[in-house]
Amino acid sequence: MAVLEVNNLSKRFGTSEVLKEVSFTLSQGEILAVIGSSGSGKTTLLRCLNFLESIESGSIKVHDRVLFDSNDQVKYDENDIRQRRLHFGLIFQSFNLFPQYTALENVTLAPILALKKNSDSSTYRSKLSEDIRAEGIALLERMGLETKQDSYPHQLSGGQQQRVAIARALALKPDILCFDEPTSALDPELTGEVLKVIRSLADGNTTMIIVTHEMQFAKEIADNIMFLDEGMVVEYGNADEILSNSKNERIMKFLDRYESTGDY
Amino acid sequence: MSFIEVTLRLLTGFKQTLLIFALTLLFSLPLGLVIAFGSMSKFAPLRILVKVIVWIVRGVPLMLQIFVVYYVPGFILGQPLASRFNSVILAFSINYACYLSEIYRGGIESISLSQYEAGQVLGMTKTQIFFKIILLQVIKRILAPISNEVITLVKDTALARVIMVVEILKVAENFATKALIWPLFYTGVFYLLFVGVLTLLFGYCERKLGYFRA
Ligand SMILES: Nc1ncnc2c1ncn2[C@@H]1O[C@H](COP(=O)(O)OP(=O)(O)O)[C@@H](O)[C@H]1O
Ligand SMILES: [Mg+2]
Repeated sequence: MAVLEVNNLSKRFGTSEVLKEVSFTLSQGEILAVIGSSGSGKTTLLRCLNFLESIESGSIKVHDRVLFDSNDQVKYDENDIRQRRLHFGLIFQSFNLFPQYTALENVTLAPILALKKNSDSSTYRSKLSEDIRAEGIALLERMGLETKQDSYPHQLSGGQQQRVAIARALALKPDILCFDEPTSALDPELTGEVLKVIRSLADGNTTMIIVTHEMQFAKEIADNIMFLDEGMVVEYGNADEILSNSKNERIMKFLDRYESTGDY
Repeated sequence: MSFIEVTLRLLTGFKQTLLIFALTLLFSLPLGLVIAFGSMSKFAPLRILVKVIVWIVRGVPLMLQIFVVYYVPGFILGQPLASRFNSVILAFSINYACYLSEIYRGGIESISLSQYEAGQVLGMTKTQIFFKIILLQVIKRILAPISNEVITLVKDTALARVIMVVEILKVAENFATKALIWPLFYTGVFYLLFVGVLTLLFGYCERKLGYFRA
């Protein structure tokens, strides 16, 4: 059964069509790498999935439940959208940690706030928030940050910040984790530690969409690859096949550029 | 009149000064935030209305506003709406709220959109995002301009005497009319000491918020 089903998703900014009928599916534990040159719509795709952008047409289903369908003509209120967002996690290019909170607080803030909103018994609640804290510590350990839980973001390197951001997204147990060029704001020597963490998630059966320019990494980790060009899916399919013997001219050019600059 | 006697009389005036100061802050700090939200509203009529009010309040001397609040209802209704003291508090609170609102607005708009989005993708509500993520970052950024306003307010309280609210400078003026000039200059010491305390307080707050960068 498909975890995620995206059908004919289209998105416009003003008159410019940024996504044109994008369709794909993800099964449990599948990893999709999205590649394409700058401005091709990769970030917009992830933002649409996370309901940060409005969608002109198309549909999004998670576990067979319709989260969005432009044919339905229903207007979702803020609360609906908030609930729907929780199916997805998003890791930003620039981390976007909350500067006034420690690494651990960044991870536990949202789950604890959700708890306060949803449960009414306070003794039960304090036990649950203890659990959330313990889970947060465990997540940071998985990210190799056990010694950094009390550090503030400005005291962490970019690679460490991005790993906190990954833990923060995981804390809400999303069905699908989305990465928007998770290493492109990092110094080259720091990309390794972040990629290693993502690899470990891949082994753990996490369903992921990864926008990346790290071709080597994509080749190694992805099950499927989607190549976007000017908002259109130019090529979509098995990672090895696409990366080793694509006949599409645009994708060849793209691969040439990234492989020849050694940008991975 | 002895030094001690003058000091005690000035102190009673200074108590009034402090009361005007404290009440004005009490009302204008939250009211300023409400006005700031109004001036950022997506609903154009509200936004324009708020901006016009802020323009008027910032564009007219505070002294004139005190006169307006105290005397104009009297012309229209035949009797003043509020006592002298309350009129001062009302005029001061509105005036300072408008100045503060612009500081708040600048601070709020300086926070990157990505902080809101980070909260959104974590399923937080708008209220949670504002109070748990944005507000403290805003406070840290606006502390210095706020401290300027607060210190200006200390000295603006002297305007209350234009409708015969007796604060410290009015007490000193009363001495002066009886040919005792030096208390007038002596009031400076009170202002300076109080502003000194406030400066230390703001320095303390700044250090308190120094634990993070935003
Ligand atoms: N908020 C926006 N308003 C208008 N145009 C936008 C906005 N965001 C992105 N775009 C445009 O949409 C296109 C795709 O952008 P983006 O999804 O960021 O591409 P990528 O992530 O692949 O580099 C670009 O042409 C960009 O200029
Ligand atoms: Mg992008």
